[in-house]
Amino acid sequence: MKPITANFRTKAAETLEDQQIQQSIEHVYTGFFKGRLNAAADTNNWEELRTKGKAIKDHTIANLDYYLSQLADNVEKNGGNVFFADDAEEARQHIIDIAHKRNIKTVIKSKSMVSEEMGLAEAMNKEGFETIETDLGEYIIQLANETPYHLIAPAVHKSRSDVAKLLDDNFSDSEPIPDATELTMMAREKLRGVFARADMSVTGANFAVAESGSIALVTNEGNGRMSTTVPRVHVAVMGLEKIVPSIQDLSTMLRILIRSATGQRISTYVTMVNGKRTVDEEEGPEEFHLVIMNNGRLKLLEDEHSREALNCIRCGACLNACPVYRKVGGHAYGWVYPGPIGAIVSPVLTGLKDANNLPNASSLCGACHDACPVKINIPRMLLELRYRTAEGSTDPQERTSSAKERGVWKAWRMGMMGRSRFDLGARLVATALRPFTRKGWLKKAPPPISGWTSTRDFPAVASKSLRSRLSNRLRRVK
Amino acid sequence: MVDQVAPSVGECTVDVLEYLGLEVVFVKDQTCCGQPAFNSGFRSEAFPVAKRFVELFESVEGPIVVPSGSCAAMVRNFYKDLFRGDSDLIQRSSRLSGRLYEFTEFISKFFGTQAINGNLKTTATYHKCCHLLREIGVDEQPVEMLATIEGLELKPLERADVCCGFGGSFSVKMPDISSAILDEKLDFIEATEAAAVVAADIGCVFQMQGGLRRRGSEIQVIHIAEALSRAVGGHAKTRHAR
Repeated sequence: MKPITANFRTKAAETLEDQQIQQSIEHVYTGFFKGRLNAAADTNNWEELRTKGKAIKDHTIANLDYYLSQLADNVEKNGGNVFFADDAEEARQHIIDIAHKRNIKTVIKSKSMVSEEMGLAEAMNKEGFETIETDLGEYIIQLANETPYHLIAPAVHKSRSDVAKLLDDNFSDSEPIPDATELTMMAREKLRGVFARADMSVTGANFAVAESGSIALVTNEGNGRMSTTVPRVHVAVMGLEKIVPSIQDLSTMLRILIRSATGQRISTYVTMVNGKRTVDEEEGPEEFHLVIMNNGRLKLLEDEHSREALNCIRCGACLNACPVYRKVGGHAYGWVYPGPIGAIVSPVLTGLKDANNLPNASSLCGACHDACPVKINIPRMLLELRYRTAEGSTDPQERTSSAKERGVWKAWRMGMMGRSRFDLGARLVATALRPFTRKGWLKKAPPPISGWTSTRDFPAVASKSLRSRLSNRLRRVK
Repeated sequence: MVDQVAPSVGECTVDVLEYLGLEVVFVKDQTCCGQPAFNSGFRSEAFPVAKRFVELFESVEGPIVVPSGSCAAMVRNFYKDLFRGDSDLIQRSSRLSGRLYEFTEFISKFFGTQAINGNLKTTATYHKCCHLLREIGVDEQPVEMLATIEGLELKPLERADVCCGFGGSFSVKMPDISSAILDEKLDFIEATEAAAVVAADIGCVFQMQGGLRRRGSEIQVIHIAEALSRAVGGHAKTRHAR
């Protein structure tokens, strides 16, 4: 998927004006966010689980080489094939080659953000394979020709009538359908036919277990299980960080993933796949391929201030908690991963120069850090990226701050380096703003304060500073 | 910000600390902890200002009380990033952090949340400022402090722990997003039908008050030091009285 992170501001502004989306997206708070709080409270040891989850991920990422080669060995022992793809292009081409060689006609996909990185469905359709998303949300998005809005709820911005219209437009034999259950039944009927004729599936992997060479898939619709059992070829795709050492670790990670994602104690389906069908098994694919993709992740690994982003298990809890995501929506972020996690991952994976708005689009409220099941300190990483765009990057292309901005902060620093300058600076600002000031507030102000006064009144500088107000009252030191 | 824009908050802080029987000294050369530049990414500009803060405050003894969760979080949680590579400053600022407290944190830790027994006749609701809540870890303590005040009727605020949209330079750089977040907050505030909102960080106070004024609302946004000072009949002339 081609990043369009540079469009953040325009796309965000559009979404702020879209009442229907604003209403639909409320669900991420009232549904997912609150669901997570309840499910977490239900465990009695949520903080312990988070600490354990973080420790598992920290350990795995610190020993990534070891666990990746253990995983590859075990997948091969189970009779599967492993392919390490350095980027999306390589991964895509490898999967297309498999499909050509096996004479595939229909490919079913279950939801996978890594396959979104590859732009896989689109590319396979272009190659002439009928490629269909089987997750209901993804299916809707595919019909709408859009990209996912949310990590776990790709069509969360669509209203029921949007969906009815989409199905109606695509399958003209039906009347417009108002009822959610009927809509689901209709999509189900369409998809069942596809499942029956599919000869290849592409799924993601919520986790890959190094010690057993298995992958785990978490779904609520059963499409993941259909995908891994019906077609004769199964290809699983994963980012190279989606790995846990043991089955025991997997059980911890599943507990925190599912609760953090949907607020469920456990999803309707948790599918474990050990690869292709064995001689004594009656079902399952004849072939199993695991594609492990880098696509910039090693850049995250090498960078000590970004590395923690590889701990992400893609639950979407940070999106649900984020006041900015809930207003600007998923498409504003311009790449596969929206919200707070997208704001730290996209700049490193797709380039900070174009994505320079993402780390700035945050009030640094910390709700993402609080919500994260593996305690990724997202605000701290946003600050790190802001530093790089302002002045810190060794790549001059990435230092996108304007001369004006640099001047403002230089002047600020000079004003802060001595108390009399500080008081003088405040007097100067007060004087400059006096013509705009009425009864201690400004309705309109020149830049850079004009941004504030476009929507809010701005407080005037007080006539006497705290220091002078306290001068007769307190013992003062230095 | 308190020093030049909302000095009454500083005075009220002094009122409450004196009410608790403490002697307060004011480090007269103080300016800023460096957070605005640091949060905007300009660490080289923030660095000398933060260093100056450390030097000034390590020259005085005793606990340091800050009427802002955000400033306290800067010193306690973010100086180690700002001073990265300078082990001397990291060590010194970490020693300083050990005796630096946010205002409500200080009171609840050393005096308890029931220590201030005043009187204030109004209805109010309490907004939980993000840095105080998530960086410093002060959650319900200020609510308990307000509940101790006689005559003060507290109204629960829906989504009290969701950000008001301030975020420092974010509020100026991305005003439309900041205001959209604020609007949601103000709707919940208006729904409480309280006469006042109490919050513990002046940035959030101005964000909410600025938005309420623009709506034509009469609701007052009060810093918690102002509320407590008024309740105990402090000396300070508060902003709303001017």
